[in-house]
Amino acid sequence: MTSRTGIAPGADGELSIDDRLALLRRMLEIRFFEDEVQRLFTKGLVRGTTHLGQGQEAVPVGVCAALRDGDTMTCTYRGHGAVLAMGAPLDEAFGEILGRANGLCRGKGGSMHLTDLRVGALGSYAIVGAHLPITVGAALAARYTKSGAVGVAFFGEGSTNIGAFHEALNLAGIWRLPAVFVCENNLYGEYSPYASTTPVDTIAERAASYGMPGVRIDGNDVEQVRATAIEAVERARSGDGPTLLEAMTYRQVGHSRSDPAKYRPEGELEQWLERDPIVVYERVLSEAGVDADALASIRASAEEEVAAALERAAASPEPELGSRLEDVYAS
Amino acid sequence: MIATTYKQAITQGLADALAEDDSVFLFGEDVAAAGGVFKATEGLRERFGDTRVLDTPISEQAIVGAAIGAALMGLRPIAEIMFADFAGVCFDGLANQLAKYRYMTGGQASLPVTVRMANGSPGGFGAQHSQSGENWFLNIPGLKIVVPGTPADAYDLIRAAIRDPDPVLYYEHKGLYNIKGPLRAAADARAEIGCAELVRQGGHVTVVATQLMRHRAVEATQVLAGEGIEVELIDLRTLVPLDLDAVLASIERTNHLVVVQESSFGGSWGATLVAAVLEQAFEILDAPPLVVRGDETPIAYAANLESAWLPDSQRIAEAIRRTVAY
Repeated sequence: MTSRTGIAPGADGELSIDDRLALLRRMLEIRFFEDEVQRLFTKGLVRGTTHLGQGQEAVPVGVCAALRDGDTMTCTYRGHGAVLAMGAPLDEAFGEILGRANGLCRGKGGSMHLTDLRVGALGSYAIVGAHLPITVGAALAARYTKSGAVGVAFFGEGSTNIGAFHEALNLAGIWRLPAVFVCENNLYGEYSPYASTTPVDTIAERAASYGMPGVRIDGNDVEQVRATAIEAVERARSGDGPTLLEAMTYRQVGHSRSDPAKYRPEGELEQWLERDPIVVYERVLSEAGVDADALASIRASAEEEVAAALERAAASPEPELGSRLEDVYAS
Repeated sequence: MIATTYKQAITQGLADALAEDDSVFLFGEDVAAAGGVFKATEGLRERFGDTRVLDTPISEQAIVGAAIGAALMGLRPIAEIMFADFAGVCFDGLANQLAKYRYMTGGQASLPVTVRMANGSPGGFGAQHSQSGENWFLNIPGLKIVVPGTPADAYDLIRAAIRDPDPVLYYEHKGLYNIKGPLRAAADARAEIGCAELVRQGGHVTVVATQLMRHRAVEATQVLAGEGIEVELIDLRTLVPLDLDAVLASIERTNHLVVVQESSFGGSWGATLVAAVLEQAFEILDAPPLVVRGDETPIAYAANLESAWLPDSQRIAEAIRRTVAY
């Protein structure tokens, strides 16, 4: 069985060069995807708003590489990367953001609601924290049906101050459900720095309240993310209950379209750019003997694939007007 | 046919659904070990086990979210929110997640979730445990809303709600739990979601009511029949989808409309029904439609204050007399 990124799950410590290149490749696809969305936005082709995740790619890619078919994932409105990491097609993701008929949700969801049940991506949620109880339900169903599946939820550190977070982790804890809660701590809840909203030093320590382990990791190190996620996923799958992971990362762009992120202290962005997960991993691979040409070629091919996907999406028609009346009820 | 209580009808409906379909399970606060605060789930855990009948912490957001997640994975959860007033605590889950999931994802999944809530007054429970919560959800496409008023309808509609592919908010009226009536025989037509019941035929005025108000309207019709006023009484049973055709067909016969509801006016189902009737049947009305309703206040605790808030058969009868005499 292969993981959502095509890498054997559980193969911690024995990643082949091909596996490692697959991790890099998926991060690059997400990066180029987000860069394109940003360009589309400035051209006025994305409606409403959009929330980009450049700089955070190692978290969804590392975690989803620990999942197998049948496992599920929920994420936030900054969720393009997580949905793509589960294996959603690039062109249909672009199509949704452009409001096209070939979009993942037929143009009814948009950037904040990318969903692809075919790959276990149960949704991107635009109400902070709302999806955490939904992952609890997916995990409850896995236990009920004995499917062996694990439910993963990605959320920002800002979500840990909303009630749904506490209710969800408490319920998952008391029922020892097969769930993994992955906090993408990018240091800012919308425009507010972590320390101004959160009275504890780490999100991981909140796990103690819910009777589950909490682990803080370097969210910009894709292999560390993957290795920790494998442990948490295996723990969940074997019936030992949920885990709270806190992956430290950084949002290289503002919260949303209207945010120039002027609240950041001088030099902070530059420091984090040096720890860009893709740059860091290319260096690791280079030190492991992957030559520069090979890295350049992966980069080029990821970029081409993203560009081709965008072209296909842009060629897709707008949804039929009559479709707005469909999908409210099944009967 | 043996008479059963409204509460027993619900318990029986839940039990039959659990027995019929392994994907059905039931959870909520104190529904398992305690059998529910109103005892509507009594005996179900003993019969079906604690994997299918589960107690939860006091966590309405988690309950609704877990129901959504489980439904996404192919199960048919029945979530209990206890008092309908507590829907306020999980409003996002009901209004933004449960209702909109199918639409926002372009129809990728249906959510066959049943949410049970205990509705209404007059139990002296005060302003936060007595409301008619169905009115909060009328303006949210994606939800179906069921309001049974008899044991037979309570049974048929809980079965229909659980089988339905869409989310259904199922409101149980606290004031009706102990009323008795027969269930329908196997050969009889079942109550269905979206189908009103013509409770009583009459040529002078159409009266539309649900739940407790249906029963108070019946009392009023008996008094009025002695005065020569024949009421055609309709119990909607379901508010979404609304059986407007049944109401319009009745108004064609009576040319008068009185709605009776256990709620204040603004944003209520009665106000919505009157607006829909006026759009389509203004010309055939011989009098302005009237909505008999609670005052524009929260519901008070003291017995006399709560009683005065809630329409009784005398107020209903008086409104009908005025409308017919217009």
